[in-house]
Amino acid sequence: MALDQSFVGRTYPATDPYEVGREKIREFAEAVGDANPVYRDPEAAKALGHSDVIAPPTFVFAITFKAAGQVIQDPQLGLDYDRVVHGDQKFAYTRPVRAGDRLSVTSTIESIKSLAGNDVLSVRGEVHDESGEHVVTAHTMLVARAAEEA
Amino acid sequence: MTARISYDEVAVGTELPAQSFPVTRATLVQYAGASGDFNPIHWNEKFAKEVGLPDVIAHGMFTMAEAIRVVTDWAGDPASVVEYGVRFTKPVVVPNDDQGAVIEVSAKVAAKDDEARTVRVDLVAKSDGQKVLGMSRATVRLA
Repeated sequence: MALDQSFVGRTYPATDPYEVGREKIREFAEAVGDANPVYRDPEAAKALGHSDVIAPPTFVFAITFKAAGQVIQDPQLGLDYDRVVHGDQKFAYTRPVRAGDRLSVTSTIESIKSLAGNDVLSVRGEVHDESGEHVVTAHTMLVARAAEEA
Repeated sequence: MTARISYDEVAVGTELPAQSFPVTRATLVQYAGASGDFNPIHWNEKFAKEVGLPDVIAHGMFTMAEAIRVVTDWAGDPASVVEYGVRFTKPVVVPNDDQGAVIEVSAKVAAKDDEARTVRVDLVAKSDGQKVLGMSRATVRLA
């Protein structure tokens, strides 16, 4: 069943701040096998002009995707969560995420489409730090595959 | 936020050093923990097959994270990436053997913006001969 178009433009309340830790960044960098010292060594990060270690570009997805969960699991929207796959992902950065950041995400439904029976949902997540400065915008496109005929 | 590469040094068509990234089941378990994405399609073969996949598949976000390393290793400072987007076109299938899978990433400069001093880098990511990311591009601010 096609999703309700009236949800387009709906914005969800900002999430509670997520505090970015040095060790969490290190853990993520290790998981993707990236040895760049700017992710682990504050001195290496400072040499590049950063105030502390920064996170790899896709690190922030863990925070924005959790925030998008508000949308995906909104019972009023009625998306079939079990059939959702990730269609595409884009990030637009004002600055890198860094250790010590306290980040909040505000999610907005940008579009809802129906393509060949699949529901296609685009969610924008605006990420701000504690001082209200914009850090990154994440555009996440999710596809809920059409249910098979019973 | 200093990129190592100077804007004036690169031309449209400049190729970035290509890289290959191995991925095994152990890699996926580690990434699941680090990213918080514990979807069983990324570690449970029985579950993956039940939902119609050929085998366990890598997280799309894992592939996206590997692909951009070609750009961040080249540019020097990862903060030089001002925009990055991909489309997930085909899953990276990760068999439970000693080899796992390999993600092969190549990239080249596709456009330059003199005003912003940024370049658009187009990426190609393949696994097992198949393109696994589509429309994969990054905008990078150079020195």
